[in-house]
Amino acid sequence: MDIALQLLFTGIGIGAVYALVALGFVLIFRATNVVNFAQGEFSMVAAFLMVVCAVDLELPYWLSFLIALGGMALLGMIFNLGVYYPLRHRSFLPVIISTIGASIFLANATLALYGPQPQVLPGWFETPGIQVGPVYLDSQYLLIIAVTIVLVAFQYWFFEHTLIGKKLQATSQDKEMASLLGIPVARMIMITFIYSALIGGIAGILVAPVLFVSIQMGSSIALKAFAATIIGGFGDVAGAIIGGLALGIIETFGAAYISVPYKDGFAFLVLVLFLIFRPQGIFGERVAEKA
Amino acid sequence: MSVEAPVRTARRNPLRFAIAPAHVGYFVLSALVVVLVSRATLDGYILNILMQAATYSVAVFGLSVVLGLCGQINLAQAAFFGIGAYAVGLGTVDYGLSYWLCLVIGTLAAVLAGAFLGMTTLRLGGHYLAMVTISFQQIVTLVMINAIGFTHGPDGVPRIGRPALFQTSQSYLAFAVAALAVIGYCVWHLKDTRLGRAMRAVRDNELAASVAGINVYRTKVAAFAISAVLGGLGGGLFAGGFTYVSPDQFSFAESIVFLTMALLGGVASPIGAVIGTGLLILIPEWLRFLKSVPGLYLAIYGIAVILIIVFMPEGIWGFVTSFLSRFVKPVAAASVPPLVLAPDRTGTDMVLDVKALSKHFGGLKAVDQVDFSVRRGGIHALIGPNGSGKTTTLNVISGLYRATSGNVVLGETDITNLSPHRRTWAGLGRTFQNIRLFRSMTALENVVIGAERRGNSLVAASGGYAALEERALAALDFVGLGPRANEPITRFSYGHQRLIEIARALAANPTLLLLDEPAAGLNSTEKRALHDLLERIAAQGLTILLIDHDMTLVSGAAQHITVLNFGKRIADGESMGVLRHPDVVSAYLGTET
Repeated sequence: MDIALQLLFTGIGIGAVYALVALGFVLIFRATNVVNFAQGEFSMVAAFLMVVCAVDLELPYWLSFLIALGGMALLGMIFNLGVYYPLRHRSFLPVIISTIGASIFLANATLALYGPQPQVLPGWFETPGIQVGPVYLDSQYLLIIAVTIVLVAFQYWFFEHTLIGKKLQATSQDKEMASLLGIPVARMIMITFIYSALIGGIAGILVAPVLFVSIQMGSSIALKAFAATIIGGFGDVAGAIIGGLALGIIETFGAAYISVPYKDGFAFLVLVLFLIFRPQGIFGERVAEKA
Repeated sequence: MSVEAPVRTARRNPLRFAIAPAHVGYFVLSALVVVLVSRATLDGYILNILMQAATYSVAVFGLSVVLGLCGQINLAQAAFFGIGAYAVGLGTVDYGLSYWLCLVIGTLAAVLAGAFLGMTTLRLGGHYLAMVTISFQQIVTLVMINAIGFTHGPDGVPRIGRPALFQTSQSYLAFAVAALAVIGYCVWHLKDTRLGRAMRAVRDNELAASVAGINVYRTKVAAFAISAVLGGLGGGLFAGGFTYVSPDQFSFAESIVFLTMALLGGVASPIGAVIGTGLLILIPEWLRFLKSVPGLYLAIYGIAVILIIVFMPEGIWGFVTSFLSRFVKPVAAASVPPLVLAPDRTGTDMVLDVKALSKHFGGLKAVDQVDFSVRRGGIHALIGPNGSGKTTTLNVISGLYRATSGNVVLGETDITNLSPHRRTWAGLGRTFQNIRLFRSMTALENVVIGAERRGNSLVAASGGYAALEERALAALDFVGLGPRANEPITRFSYGHQRLIEIARALAANPTLLLLDEPAAGLNSTEKRALHDLLERIAAQGLTILLIDHDMTLVSGAAQHITVLNFGKRIADGESMGVLRHPDVVSAYLGTET
């Protein structure tokens, strides 16, 4: 029982990271109707920026964090201009292929610059964690959960209670109508890309001390985040969060009780089960394209 | 009306695969290449490159089919390639099976995996397929590395067997090239088969394909399965060629390499696949020094993918063919006998019976308990102000929406719960308010898809493509576009595209034709021509159910009108009476208070 509680805590922590990346997926999907296959690479690049600043250059952690976020904002901007914007009038398939190309590029450019050795990024806190009853609460996992809650709350406020949030929503629902109403659609899409690069980056920085910082971390996180969005219901924000948490928990328990080498396979298994039995996800509306 | 045997006039040669000289030429040339490969003195290095190019090309053909022909993505081609390769590797080494048996087992395993992935995912949007194939790729890699007892793990499988006939590397290469030539021939001609045409239609417009009578889901699954077959087959050939396989040869990165090969050469054609494969095997050999920095090489692939997609979406071969096509004048269409419509007449006087039909979207009752019947022969109009539920009714009748309750009976068939393509088989034809044509095809090819409807008794099954083409040409002649049949859709004006859509529906010889606002966006001359066309269709006994806002057209053409408002039927009856009905007048013009 104690072990199960411990695993539950760890699962929620990992799941929170998937939820954050999934949130980035959902935002870009709602704004552009495109799934950004390089979303996981945003996390990976941010984690490497942290390693460069905080470990190699020995800058203070908070300053490294700010630099990494600045880098992510820039990356989101370049990504939009280079990968999405030239293809915005084409069908979804070319855009998907283009984001896959970007994902391959980001992962391997990082590999070329930094080499294949996985890096270690220390956690934010000196204290490794606290013991609460039978469960040991790792400080980094606590941080991940706290930041996820704050970001989700922020996002809710941002989209529902600010003018720019409303404009972003309008853009995602109907680009043509939004532009007729004087909303600068291109700028809104730019903001969406920057925002989702930022939350992808934050997710990567948060999870880096728990995992190793490696080239593969991006694609592995992205796959699970995508599975999370399907489990939750595609395009649904609450679904992405619940799906992410569920997946984190399933995976942690699977690794503990079934098999460690196949840990990364559980997400796929759950994904296929959902696709067969409930493709619309837990919360989702129907995903079939309309007439 | 008489349905005489059509008189054959001067026509283009129908495609006869087996005897066409170009095909004989292809095989003679291939045989020469095979002989050349088996006789020439090749050093080991060249031999390896050719071996890789030949076996990879087979896998890239798979992408030509699934991505090029059918427009569905597959990011796990290396996994299917790996399944084929490991079947040959493990089968010949661990289990002592014959090479041929292993090749068959590997291909079967690949197609089973592919069909399973396709069947679970292809009902959903394309993003799902992309992600699911990536996940599948990761799983296959995980198994290859971790299931050491079965797969030998990261060390791979050495000393793989070859068939007794092709023990030397050079003879095996000749065999691989011969296999490539045969498979390439099949892939090249896939687009001229019924399945190939269905794939292209699905790629261009899924909705239009389904109402043209194509089972979209099954077509996609077939394309995906064929792609997996070719992946598995290529992998089996590869394993025999190099006699060694290991997990890193079949990683996700390799799937991306396959994708880049297909995109670079031109995804639409197997020729492009060979060009892309050849280039992407040769270029890295020339740029060997790049491999000294890990990652640099694939980083360049990543950028190349983006650049190709942005600047050269058709690939090298697509670029060449579209350049050459500028100098080729479309072949003038031959003359054919006039179009005959012979709508099925089984059942009562009422060709369509709609009973208590409802369609709710959440709380909104878009169509609410609507009843009407369409009498056989003549033109029946369904009208109503904007938002009254006309198009929703049409979409429920043609199966794009599922009815919340109620019944739709066509002739004697209850079609309420059939999928759109089955309704088309049952005799329904329709056009769309916003035109839905297959945009990469010519006018004729579009209409051929319609003519190919299952249950179209006017196209002899034995006639092959020639019969379909004749029917399609007749339909185009009927709407006045016969002479331009071989021009691509993009060269036609908006009004003419409408007519092509109508021709596509007519070619299928439907029992009932649904027209969704055919006059929208037409100028007054075009509207008069449309009116005339509707009269000519009705004169042949085909019943039309028409939705339109143009009252001149509706009152002039329709004998019978049903009026909807707020999802309910407010009037139904003979035209003039209905248009004077006080409820109808108030729905359109408002009431005096």
